[in-house]
Amino acid sequence: MAELIQTQDRKLRTEEMVIQMGPQHPSTHGVLRLEVTVEGEIVTHVKPYIGYLHRCFEKHAEQMGNYSQVIPYVDRMDYVAAMSMEWSYVLGMERMLSIQIPERVEYIRVIMAELQRIASHTIAIGTFGLDLGAFTPFLFLLRDREMILEIFERTCGARLLYNYFWIGGLSHDVPLDFVDRTRQFCTQFKKTIVEVNNLLSYNEIFIKRTANVGILPANVAINYASSGPVLRGSGVDWDLRRDDHYSIYNRFDWQPQIGKGERGTVGDCWDRYIVRCREMEQSVKIIEQAIEQLPDGDVQSAIPKRIRPNASEIYVRTEAPRGELGFYIVSDGSGSPYRVKGRSSSFVNLSVLPEITRGYMIADLVAILGSIDIVLGEIDR
Amino acid sequence: MSPQEILNKLTEKFADAIVEAKVEGVLEPYAKLKVESIREISSLMRDDSDLQFDTLMCLSGMDYGKGILGVVYNLGSIAKKHKFTLKVEVPVDARLNGVVGQAANVPSVESVWRTADWHEREAFDLFGIVFTDHPDLRRILLPDDWEGYPLRKDYQVQEFYHGMKVPY
Repeated sequence: MAELIQTQDRKLRTEEMVIQMGPQHPSTHGVLRLEVTVEGEIVTHVKPYIGYLHRCFEKHAEQMGNYSQVIPYVDRMDYVAAMSMEWSYVLGMERMLSIQIPERVEYIRVIMAELQRIASHTIAIGTFGLDLGAFTPFLFLLRDREMILEIFERTCGARLLYNYFWIGGLSHDVPLDFVDRTRQFCTQFKKTIVEVNNLLSYNEIFIKRTANVGILPANVAINYASSGPVLRGSGVDWDLRRDDHYSIYNRFDWQPQIGKGERGTVGDCWDRYIVRCREMEQSVKIIEQAIEQLPDGDVQSAIPKRIRPNASEIYVRTEAPRGELGFYIVSDGSGSPYRVKGRSSSFVNLSVLPEITRGYMIADLVAILGSIDIVLGEIDR
Repeated sequence: MSPQEILNKLTEKFADAIVEAKVEGVLEPYAKLKVESIREISSLMRDDSDLQFDTLMCLSGMDYGKGILGVVYNLGSIAKKHKFTLKVEVPVDARLNGVVGQAANVPSVESVWRTADWHEREAFDLFGIVFTDHPDLRRILLPDDWEGYPLRKDYQVQEFYHGMKVPY
């Protein structure tokens, strides 16, 4: 018997294997390649390779004739949340030029950005479910996302890349039926959230796949400068809408959502997921209040005729759906930017991936990647 | 802490390392440092109980023209809710580490803030700034065999890449 075991021991040889996941893999959500080192089913190391979608937006921005022409390029960074991208850049320019923007513009921007957050989170949650085999919630969520895109289309003519936020104002005022449609959406979406919670969030199979998987401790998250739902999922109470005091978020009654480890450990995939779900509820709450208070006014009155900031620089950041979106803008006093650096949230959030996948199964790797919620357009810029 | 207090704290300990500083009348208060002291100062800024700069919000490469490159560190503190900016400048070296046109060595701050890993690779990729003691300094966005550093102001795009015409 002992001899047999000995022979078996000699035969049982383990070997590390390197597997390429992507760039065409469906669960990488775009053209991302992961070089996965596995020992059997266990992931020992992940090395992300990015850049397949690189367009050097920063070089384009420097070549532009003026600052406004950068906005469409900013749209194309995160094409799932273009409104939020625009806001950060436009906000930076307004601070540089010290422009006071009209109340109506502030309110419309808040409503648009929160609608965009919901639209982006529906994709995040939907595809996350899809990765783990839940198909139905994806369809429900995309049906409601369509309502948001319709509101956007009726406002500025575009469904995905808007060029809607301009420096000092907006490209168009909202259409007459905007308020009604937005209210309708809010009513409809509150029902959908309940449905999604029943179907997915508290589904036992889903919890088994996501709870206690991909745990990101708070101190690691902070050291990696993670932001947005990834950071809040780790239990860090940090939301730039509240903590960076931009725009008018302090006028509304809402709460940043943080992960509490209700189904597993703080900072696991389920926590990151549920933070997004609850954020959507908060967004609906903000939209409803903003719609009630929406003042009248001209949305183009503060748009400057000539945009030529003094030689100065600024780092501006806003809370985009995926986290802290920053722009480091440098002006040399001429009519076009000297340097625009986009600090994208997905880029930074993805860099934590090797840290939180070690020791999990390959199937968990898909769940962890989905829970980070990346958009490759923003990573590669 | 106000930017002035942060600067005072820095001056207290590293008076020699600060080349230039401005906290009044600018949108982003900053201190320009001697390049060799950046890692030491970064560690202090992270660990000091009054400063607690626990995150590196952004790290950007810069081309200031005339052969001077720079790195800008935008630091933030989640614990204390304050911000500060550090800058360093380095000259382009004619022939550094055997490669033409890279910029002189900047100490990597990856050991202080892990997030700097990818940011520094990006600055290396697009500006050719070499970070010393970086664990894995490779191009990140461009292919490994790309020629030149695109975000330099004097960048000339290569004519062909593997037989494909590049300028459009």
